[in-house]
Amino acid sequence: MSSNATATVVRTGAGSRFVIYTLLALFCLYYLLPLYVMVVNSLKPLSEIQAGGMMSLPDVWTIAPWASAWSTAQIGVEATGLRPFFWNSIVMVVPAVAISTVLGALNGYVLTKWRFRGDTIIFGLLLFGCFIPFQMVLIPMARMLGIVGLAGTVPGLVFVHLVYGIGFSTLYFRNYYQQFPTELVRAAMIDGAGFFTIFRRIMLPSSGPIAVVCVIWQFTNIWNDFLFGASFSDFDSQPMTVALNNLVQSSTGVKEYNVHFAGAIMAALPTLLVYIVAGRYFVRGLMAGSVKG
Amino acid sequence: MAQGAQSRRGGNDWLREALPKLVLSPSLAMVLIFVYGFIIFTFYLSFTDSRILPSFDLVGWENYSKLFRIRAWDTAITNLLIFGSLYIVICCALGLALAILLDQKIRAEGFIRTVYLYPMALSFIVTGTAWKWFLDPGIGLQAVIRSWGWESFTFDWIKDGDMAIYTIVIAAVWQTSGFVMAMFLAGLRGIDNEVLKAAQIDGASNIALYRRIVIPQLRPAFMSAFVVLAHMAIKSYDLVIALTGGGPGTSTEVPATFMYSYTFTRNQMGIGAASATIMLMAIAAIMVPYIYSELREKS
Amino acid sequence: MGFLDIKNATKSYGAVKVLHETDISIEEGEFLVLVGPSGCGKSTLLNMIAGLEEITTGDIAIKGQSMAGVRPADRNIAMVFQSYALYPNMNVGQNIVFGLEMHGVPKPERDTAMNKVADLLQIKHLLDRKPGQLSGGQRQRVAMGRALVRDPDVFLFDEPLSNLDAKLRVDMRTEIKKLHQKLKTTIVYVTHDQIEALTLSTRIAVMFGGHVQQLGTPKEVYDNPANMFVAGFMGSPSMNLFPARIAVENGKAVAKAKLADGQDATLPFPDARGFERHDGREIVLGLRPEAITDRDGADRNSQSVHVIEAHVDITEPAGSDTFVGTQMGGKEVTGRFRADVDVHPGQTFPFAINMEKAVAFDPETEKRVS
Repeated sequence: MSSNATATVVRTGAGSRFVIYTLLALFCLYYLLPLYVMVVNSLKPLSEIQAGGMMSLPDVWTIAPWASAWSTAQIGVEATGLRPFFWNSIVMVVPAVAISTVLGALNGYVLTKWRFRGDTIIFGLLLFGCFIPFQMVLIPMARMLGIVGLAGTVPGLVFVHLVYGIGFSTLYFRNYYQQFPTELVRAAMIDGAGFFTIFRRIMLPSSGPIAVVCVIWQFTNIWNDFLFGASFSDFDSQPMTVALNNLVQSSTGVKEYNVHFAGAIMAALPTLLVYIVAGRYFVRGLMAGSVKG
Repeated sequence: MAQGAQSRRGGNDWLREALPKLVLSPSLAMVLIFVYGFIIFTFYLSFTDSRILPSFDLVGWENYSKLFRIRAWDTAITNLLIFGSLYIVICCALGLALAILLDQKIRAEGFIRTVYLYPMALSFIVTGTAWKWFLDPGIGLQAVIRSWGWESFTFDWIKDGDMAIYTIVIAAVWQTSGFVMAMFLAGLRGIDNEVLKAAQIDGASNIALYRRIVIPQLRPAFMSAFVVLAHMAIKSYDLVIALTGGGPGTSTEVPATFMYSYTFTRNQMGIGAASATIMLMAIAAIMVPYIYSELREKS
Repeated sequence: MGFLDIKNATKSYGAVKVLHETDISIEEGEFLVLVGPSGCGKSTLLNMIAGLEEITTGDIAIKGQSMAGVRPADRNIAMVFQSYALYPNMNVGQNIVFGLEMHGVPKPERDTAMNKVADLLQIKHLLDRKPGQLSGGQRQRVAMGRALVRDPDVFLFDEPLSNLDAKLRVDMRTEIKKLHQKLKTTIVYVTHDQIEALTLSTRIAVMFGGHVQQLGTPKEVYDNPANMFVAGFMGSPSMNLFPARIAVENGKAVAKAKLADGQDATLPFPDARGFERHDGREIVLGLRPEAITDRDGADRNSQSVHVIEAHVDITEPAGSDTFVGTQMGGKEVTGRFRADVDVHPGQTFPFAINMEKAVAFDPETEKRVS
């Protein structure tokens, strides 16, 4: 986003500025409220929540809900806590992000610098693939994963995320490389560099910004996915989001709201961290996914 | 150097010519098979009597005619219309308003923007969990306000079949409106300040300035926001699962949850496939013209 | 057969023909400039020589060897791009030797070559910098260094000066000219600037609409333009072109053109042009501004200076000269007067016209009449 672009030249009086700041502050409260609720309630005993104290700070501070959510809480039928599923998500996200980013970079390079007849149609096909309702592929994908023996495994999920992540990573790199001067590629061709040399020596060294955007986008999307995780994983291979949902929806026993909130924060932490560290790139990625060019 | 030119031609030539296409082909093959091939497969299944397993016996339009006689599908479509239109309208209105407010040389703009946008980084499952308990009358907002002394305060939409769909709107707007704000803010920053100065010299008030000059120029941002929001609305699944699980009863069923439960828990795969096909048609109606116009502008 | 032969080459994109049948042949050491307005096909032709664009029909040969199917890297050419196309992630030294590296030249030789070129272009102190830290003129030098180090058969320049400011452009133009005289390399140079074309080239191809309008030495193109496009495009201010009629008076051909007062000016052609046979023909007469002067500024060696009295519409002092406007044949006509001539708008003033420099065009075909 153009954070360095200048704000409007419209002038506002002192009275209206007061109103504006008040409104903006109120909306800050609105957006922060659920986070506040999650955090304070994950640090207090269950009894305080049940007594109607959801909005107040804990009387007794405790990290027991966090410990429980991490290692002992009941997920489905076993009391494993969220820990194994957190690792499932990590093991799923890393290769899926890495491979789809590399493929996206190569695709974007071909589609902008080695153009051929029909390349726009191919790009259109890749692009539309990003937006289809995945309900349309659930049935055959479940069948196929079963046939090749990847059903209910983490590699199966990696594969699924890879396939449906390529469209977006290609979109990012294509739009970025479109701005990259073609004359540089031509100069390198005349200098004698081939397809991969140009990619490695000329394109890649300038691709840092878009690679960050693409990695963040893919990471957030794949980490946050629920549909594929719910459809294609077994108990042992389910990702964090599915495990969290199982924790929250489990109908047996007392509802441990404080544990649920702690678990929700755990599931949110990696992407929140990325957002706080690299928010600028995160926003750019969101925008590139919608407003192109 | 040129001397080698002749000898270097030949076998290498073909590879060199074909290399870019070879590099692109794995991705293309994957997309052709796992997107378009699978779409065709599911489309085909929607005309078969598949139940727990895919079957290849055609039954014509039977699944579609059955589908539209199922009350839950009717609910799902109605819910999607209610949810979709409220979600899009509120997100756009809120996003635009916040963007305009934030564009007034605000001191802590960076911080405020960060606060407005962070929900977009969260999983819908996390959002759903937070709002589920916050809106729960037993422990959430209602209980809190009652404990503060307003004994008759009632806010139990999430347990009320007629109102539960609006709680999904509340949570979804919370998650996405900051992002729409960012889209509009980028649009506002793209407007030529000289035009605004000219209008001010022409004597336009601030309200007239925004109504007559600024907002009309945000058309592309509106378009993009609409496309993104509409497509998210049609696909929304996680949030409903986490927030209400489709309930109470089937009162918050949407097409995505309907498809999943008919296919995988009720073993009506043919009907599930038919409902997925209808979702695809709805998305295609929005995305295809958009992608087409984007690609045409480029070339 | 020349050093670089363009034989009947054409280029089409689908049904659109952007370059029509083109034949150009130049010798070793020649400086060929392709000049024309944007969209005339000059850059396309250059890219075809470079191998960056396919030839639709015809052929291009360097040193007698057809370049069909030879990739750019194997043509032994070097190119200087409009944007300089310096690799942003490499420093100047790496930029210069990248081509040698790609062609497998060992490092010690690369370094020697780099130092030689850096000396020649006086960029030695810049070798460790990144392109982003250089000024426009420095980038231009590095781009030339990158081309020179390859010691290619043919240098290709694609509007290399158009991104520089006016003064630097003139300096670099001189420098390129000196470099060419010193190294005697073969150069094909694309520009839209006719002054660059005239000053640098040994031969000019003036292009328009995908056709080569005229191929010739700078003097030929300037003095004897083949058609009205070339006449109007080359030279600044451009050649005056106005309607006139050929008449034969006393057995000699004259041009008759209406002045502002409605009177016909009679401008006799020099002898031996053979225009007598065109008696009565409507023509477009072409006179360069320097052929329309004040009486004392006229070319003393010319046998055909004729003085007419004409109304002065406007004067534009330009330092070294004063440009004086009047009307002939219903068109604005500009003459180049000496700066110290005392002339004012509204006057009727003697204009000295050097008919030795006059050229005539057919108003229909726009081609030269001889």
